[in-house]
Amino acid sequence: MNRIASLTAASPKRVLPGFGLSLGVTLLFISLVLLLPLTSLVGQLSGLSLAEYWAIITEGRVVASYLVTIGAAAVAALFNALFGLLMAWVLVRYEFPGKRLLDALMDLPFALPTAVAGITLATLYSSNGWMGQLLAPLGFEVAYTWVGIALAMGFTSIPFVVRTVQPVLEDMPGEVDEAALTLGASDAMAFRRVILPHLWPALVTGTGLAFVRSLGEFGAVIFIAGNMPYETEITSLMIFVKLQEYDYVGASAIASVVLAVSLLLLLVLNLWQGRFIRRLHGGKG
Amino acid sequence: MSIRLENVAKTFGRNTALEPLVLDIAEGELVGLLGPSGSGKTTLLRIIAGLEQADSGTIRFGDRDVTRMHVRDRRIGFVFQHYALFRHMSVFDNVAFGLTALPRRTRPSSGDIRARVHRLLEMVRLEEFANRYPAQLSGGQQQRVSLARALALKPDVLLLDEPFGALDAKVRQDLRRWLRHLHDELNFTSVFVTHDQEEALELSDRVVVMSNGRIEQIDDPDTLYRQPANRFVFEFLGDVNRLEGTIRNGTLTCGDARLSVDLDDGPHELLLRPHELKLSESASNHAHLPVTVTAVSPVGAEVRVELEADWLAEPWMATVRHADFERLTIKRGQRLFVTPRRWHRFEDSAAHRSRASLIS
Repeated sequence: MNRIASLTAASPKRVLPGFGLSLGVTLLFISLVLLLPLTSLVGQLSGLSLAEYWAIITEGRVVASYLVTIGAAAVAALFNALFGLLMAWVLVRYEFPGKRLLDALMDLPFALPTAVAGITLATLYSSNGWMGQLLAPLGFEVAYTWVGIALAMGFTSIPFVVRTVQPVLEDMPGEVDEAALTLGASDAMAFRRVILPHLWPALVTGTGLAFVRSLGEFGAVIFIAGNMPYETEITSLMIFVKLQEYDYVGASAIASVVLAVSLLLLLVLNLWQGRFIRRLHGGKG
Repeated sequence: MSIRLENVAKTFGRNTALEPLVLDIAEGELVGLLGPSGSGKTTLLRIIAGLEQADSGTIRFGDRDVTRMHVRDRRIGFVFQHYALFRHMSVFDNVAFGLTALPRRTRPSSGDIRARVHRLLEMVRLEEFANRYPAQLSGGQQQRVSLARALALKPDVLLLDEPFGALDAKVRQDLRRWLRHLHDELNFTSVFVTHDQEEALELSDRVVVMSNGRIEQIDDPDTLYRQPANRFVFEFLGDVNRLEGTIRNGTLTCGDARLSVDLDDGPHELLLRPHELKLSESASNHAHLPVTVTAVSPVGAEVRVELEADWLAEPWMATVRHADFERLTIKRGQRLFVTPRRWHRFEDSAAHRSRASLIS
């Protein structure tokens, strides 16, 4: 940062024109779209005393929803880390017919309305759906359990992992794993000691983003979750319930918890990744 | 360890990368694979390494048949053009990688590994950089790390793919000399790929010249330069001036240029090296080649002079000694006469016959 500051001080004239205008427009949009709603959320809370706030966010049913949400999101994120890495690997390292199509399909969860995904999954996995019929005899229930919640979360957040790992994997020269092989490493060792460390920052970031996205997922989850209090209610649903009861302050209180956790996670991820990347670029960052 | 390739061939889809070829490399030899891009030299090196599978033929290291052997079992060291260092590991860990990757039975103790890596880093003069990361090193230093890494397992064969291609001229010169020393000291068999004829001629015991997936000539640098097997090799190894004309009664005529040569009547093409041209103020008995100086570059051991004339399709390049340059006071626009000391002629390339003649 120091270097940038000194550079701008030394050369007041920029080569690229329009800095002032473009930054101004950017900040205006960020303010309108991001900061204003967030401020009003905090503003809603100002009517509450600390004790009232604490009471709302630690109510038994709400706390149960935290556990369900975090647990399901963690499972979904972990599953996505593995599956997303595999997908990115297949898409980058191999040539096969239909590769472009598969690549395009990866973005489907982003493009599809989440409610559509939720309804489809619920139909598919309910006890008389296609998949549900197959799984029911095995005593494995997906719809209306936390497994269903995790499934819906995983569905909507898989592109985060694929799309963050894919470019890093593409940038990685194929020579690096060849070098490991010429030095006698087994395939597994080359992957573990050479390839995975390269992908690690992207993989963790992608998984982190998937996790954060899952924490706030609503549309896809509510249709398959069953929404039984204390069992399969997610935090987003709690906010929705409060809103339907015209309890705007209560909804804001719970929303603020989700917001705080998400922001904190993103901050930690960025800090950690920054440190790691500095090392790869020779400590000059 | 000697390397012996027999009838090795390779195609990529419909493209022939290598025509069936035979190549013998003696133990302790330093061999350069030289050719333009697309000549198959890198493919050949990667086949020797086992990073690429040949479609047919056999590869032997000494009396070991390695044709079907995986790259990790071939006991080779490979140096990549862009270093291919492990960026997340320190210099020490990069060099130690091969040793730590050994199965537990044969792996040296961590103390031994430490000692060996430090000895290697000393050899490549990078002891004090052991704890740095690759990104903190210059290109030349990174390539030395990659060499130390390749040598850590004491390979039978060291293979280098354009090892100095990504470095600037000065560093390249240093590293070249240094690699030659290292090779003579440790006496391993090495094969390196280059498209730089100077590098190949300076560094190699023998040079393999390749084009279009074929070996054109294998010889020591001196023979290669003095007795090129065909026109391709001749043209690839240095600058060439062309003289096309018709010969009648022992005189080649081209516009108002004349040159006495002892060749049969008919159209002919002669090739001349820049240093084989003598410049003078008057024509001689057997050579009347009037030219105009169009550019002068007095940099280096010799002065490079560009020459043009009506009878020349493309300009000629001559190199003259600084003493001659001063004596003739060569300037742009000056009219001079060329007297070739020597010329070369190649029959049509299929015949692979050559002829060179000295003019007294």
